[in-house]
Formats: sequence, C-alpha cells, structure tokens
Amino acid sequence: MEQRAEIVDTLAGLTLFADLTRPQLEAVAHTFEEEWFTEGQRILRQGIAGSAFYVILEGEVAIRIDGQTRSTLGRGDYFGEISVLLGGVPIADVVATRPVRCLVLPGPELEGFLLTYPRVIFRMLQAQARRLQRTTQWQS
Amino acid sequence: MAELTRPFPPGRYPLVIVGSGPGGLQLSYCLRRLGVDHAVLSADEAPGGMFRRFPLFQRLITWSKPFSPVPPERRPYDWYDWNSLVADDRLHRALVPDFMDGTSIFPSRAEMERAIVAFAERNRLAVRYGCRWTATRRTEDGFLLETTDGEYRCRVAVFAVGAAEPWKPEIPGIESVPHYAEARPAREYAGRRVFIIGKRNSAFELADAMHPWARQIIMASPRPAVFSLYNRSPAASVRARYVIPYEDHLFGGGTFALDASIDRIERHADGWRVFATGTTAPGAFTFEADAVIAATGFTTPLGDLRDLGLKTFNHDRLPSLTPFWESATVPGIYFGGTATMGAVGLRKYGLGSLSGGVAGFRHNMRVLAAHLARTHFGVAIPRPELTPSEVIPFLLGEASGAPELWNQRAYLARVVTFQEDGRALDEGVLPLQHFLDAGGPEAVAMTVETDDRGEHRPAVYVRHRGRVHEVVLPGEPLLTFDTAAHRRRLSEALRPLLPPGAA
Repeated sequence: MEQRAEIVDTLAGLTLFADLTRPQLEAVAHTFEEEWFTEGQRILRQGIAGSAFYVILEGEVAIRIDGQTRSTLGRGDYFGEISVLLGGVPIADVVATRPVRCLVLPGPELEGFLLTYPRVIFRMLQAQARRLQRTTQWQS
Repeated sequence: MAELTRPFPPGRYPLVIVGSGPGGLQLSYCLRRLGVDHAVLSADEAPGGMFRRFPLFQRLITWSKPFSPVPPERRPYDWYDWNSLVADDRLHRALVPDFMDGTSIFPSRAEMERAIVAFAERNRLAVRYGCRWTATRRTEDGFLLETTDGEYRCRVAVFAVGAAEPWKPEIPGIESVPHYAEARPAREYAGRRVFIIGKRNSAFELADAMHPWARQIIMASPRPAVFSLYNRSPAASVRARYVIPYEDHLFGGGTFALDASIDRIERHADGWRVFATGTTAPGAFTFEADAVIAATGFTTPLGDLRDLGLKTFNHDRLPSLTPFWESATVPGIYFGGTATMGAVGLRKYGLGSLSGGVAGFRHNMRVLAAHLARTHFGVAIPRPELTPSEVIPFLLGEASGAPELWNQRAYLARVVTFQEDGRALDEGVLPLQHFLDAGGPEAVAMTVETDDRGEHRPAVYVRHRGRVHEVVLPGEPLLTFDTAAHRRRLSEALRPLLPPGAA
C-alpha cells in the first residue's frame, strides 16, 4: 500500500495537480486506474475511437503519426485529452519507448473530473497555451 | 485421501495449473479437449475456489437466467448465464441454472459452488487437492514449483489462484480493523453504529446485509461511489442490487456514503474513532463507531513470483500481462481466472473487461487453452474455411449472439483471415488488442462495443495492407445485428478483402 501513498506523492510533484490538497490527491489516486506498459507497447491507437486520458508517472512514450515519431513525452506529461475533449479519434499512436507507468481516466469521466477540480483545467489550459505559443513562434 | 488415488504425483509435466476454482477448472477442461497433457494442483480440499467462501452474504451479483430468448443447449445462451463454465458437450453446459431454486436470477453462493463441483465431477476433471504451491524457481527448460507434496517441473505454469486474499490500505490503526472477509453475521451488528471503509461492491454488500440491523451505517472512501446504472459497466462499479443503502443515503435515512480520505483509526474500550478529511468537499471529520470493517478489496496471492521478475500494477495487486495472459516480464508464466484482469485490453469508452468474474474469464480460458496448445505444444487448431458469401452472415451472427463478444466487449473478437489463395479462414475468438497490435495478413475482427451513450453496436476492425481501420456498424433497438443495413455496411467495410460479388 505504500504504492498508493507513493502515487499521491508523485501526483503532488506534477504540475497538473500542483494546486490540489492532499485529500484531493488521494481522491485522484483512487479515481484514476494505474496501468503499466512494456517497451514497444501501444497505449493509444491512431484512428481507434473510445480512448482515455493518461498521465505518465514513469517512463517515456513516443507520439507517432503514420509510423513517424513526432515527439516524446515523459514523467508528468499527459496525453489522450484532445480526442476525448473533441469527441474524435486519436490522430497519433502513443507507444511506450521505455516501460511506462500511467494513471488512466476513461474518456467519458474526464469532463466530470475536470469540473470537480477546476484548478486542473487551469493548469491544462496553461500547458495548451504554452504549446500554442511554441507553435506560433515556430511558424513566424 | 489414499495417496494411491491422488492424481498428479510430484514429477515432470508439460504444463502445470495451480488452482481449482472456476478459472483453473475451465482451463483444464479446454486443454484436455485439445489433448494437452497437464497437471492441476490445488491447496483446497475440493473444487470451487472463492465460491467455497464468498460472497460473504451468499448472493452473487451476476445473473443466470433459466428462461431466456435462446434455448440453453445453444451457444448464445451463455450470454444469459454468466456463471456456468462453458462446455462443448450439451450435457455439461449451463449447469448453474439447474442448481438454482427460482427465487432470483442471481444464484446463491451454495448454488454456484454445487454447480462448479458438478462441472468438475461430470467432466472427471482430475485435480491434486490438498497440495499447496509454496515456491517457484526457473530451470533451464521452464519452471520448478515447490509444493507441500514435492517438486513439479514444467515448461509452462498457469496460476489460477484467484484474487480473494484480503487487502487493506496502509492507514494508521487499520491493522486491528477486521476485513470484509472477517465480518460477522449481520444480526450481530443489531443496534450498532457500523463504519465501513470503502464504497465498492463489497462495502455496499455489507451495508445491504446490515441495513435491517445496524443503527447507523457510514461508508467512506476518497472517491465518489460509481454505479453501474450511471457508467453502464458491470465491471468495477456498484451493481444495482446494492443500490438501496445509497437511496437511504440520498433520503437521509441513517445510512451515509461519504467522500473522505481516512487519516487514522483509533480503538477505545467502548468502540472506535475514525478521523477523516473530505475529498470532493473539504472538511475534517471524526466519526464514532461501535464496529469498523475494511471493505477495501482483495489481491492476487502471487507468492514468490515477484522474485522471478514478475511486474505488477494496480497497487501491486495484479500481474502485468500480455493480451494472451502471459506475464509481460516472465515468459512462460501465465495466469488464469480472475488474475486475467492483468491484461487490461482497450477499455474502450471506459468499459473494462469482465475478466474479474466467471462471465468473462471462462472465455479467456478457452482462448488461452488454444493459444498454449498452438504456441507451446504444436497442436494445430482447426481453422474452418468460409466461402466468400458466408463471411458476412457469419460475422453478423457472431455480433448478434456470440457470448464471448457480449461478455468481453471490445476485449475478445471473432477473427477471419483472408489468405493469398483467396480462402477465408475462421481463426476463432482472439483478444482484440492482439489483433490490433500484432499485425498479420488481410483480416477482419468483429466485436461488440458499448459507446459513451450506452449504445451497444457491432464494431469491425479491417486489416488491409498492414493497417487497421475501425468501422462501427449501426445499433439496433432489439440488438439484432443481422439487418439489411448491417449487411450493407459490413459489405462496404469488407470490399477490399472479399472477391468482387461476395461483398
């Protein structure tokens, strides 16, 4: 059970959950499922509907579109939210490049989760704004 | 038991199954049908696994309907009977309803246990009872299992040891709190204030049983209760059978379901004091109770397998498995029964598999038996040929009535491959995740899915030139998927694979 406490400690160190109290982090740790993926395993599949929202606790994943790696994500990063929020299919594969431990929230539960913890929405918006800024700078 | 009459003395076997619950027995039955020699060992004295003891309050949460739209001798009936082990011989199929007394569609624990015993006896499934697995070692050609009866060597080991070992989270003071498995008969809680840690099925089962007796019932855990009526999932959610204590909570009738993280528990001469902090709403609470019970779930008894490198997840409670239920980190070690939850699958739209119950893992065991027979023992599994004109009706028939696809939605799929010589072959039922990720020839996988609005629909995955495309077919109010619209849509989806005129 140290594992549960360890997950709460890990969540406390992630920017996405930085504003939550410890009891709230406990609720998050109970709400998300923990999953583990071996190297080379696909976590999200390009074009396949009904996926989930993932937060990486350990390891590294590659974002691949049509087999081409576009970027990588690591501890504290998250993925899957775009297809869930927009109600579409993932536009990329997400593949574990090292063993990956994730927290997973089913897509249909993401809206309720975000509305329960508005500070997480704020952190997510900040991250999206940074991504948009980077993309804009790159294009200009 | 006379030693001479006990099967499977210590020695070398191609494959060893540990466990005589429904998972171990189902796998043994299927392996025997395929001619795979194996031994079955069990620490218990009789078949039944967890059903020899649980559910504590004697009523299952999964249905077996004696009367259904489909006669019991036909394969689609298994969807209406989630508790019977699956058999090819009609005399041994759908046994659970035969033992039910007609008062409920949910069998009692004793009825379930009797049906499992009958399955083992009628099929003459040999098990070495009273033989406890104690340790595991790697050998050059497989594994050595130490048991209370001696050593067993095997190439492949399958652990079907259930997930019924009580598990408690690390909360100060919880060591002295009885687990769900140690709860007393409900009448012993008459007039008492009962505090239950947890808000999942076992917590609600306790609350439901104690409702007529307890003065006050408080259930508390960090996350809100999730009901099957809300998330439409029979897996990992509180079933409608236990909804009455929650209604009582909503009406303010003396039962409470609170979202709170338990900080510590203190025992006093005249009762208990529980300190907690609100999660979805802030606040610090102190609860006084006459009895505290930890309904905090169960874990898989993995013995020393972690020492071999077995990776686990879900707070160290489940082995991490491949789609064919093999350890992701220790090849040759497989899991049966409830532990097959360790192969999570796609969880499309948040709907988990039913691998945690007989309804789901009985099908997993049949798929696993074929996989083991093919990959480890060189058994050629028949792949019936379909004419091109048979493919579409065959797949739609599976979507409408295959119990594997209904019990294990978006988890198991019926697969048909298309060979270069133009033949279409029925590859049987396979894990959908394997089909999506393993690659292979031109093929189609048919499954059934439930989307985020709760609609049940057939979904096909078409593998063409190495890439897989998902095509979701329409729903239908009475769940009959063999309409002209379905045939037309599936025909369009299979056009790249079927010869002209057949699609």
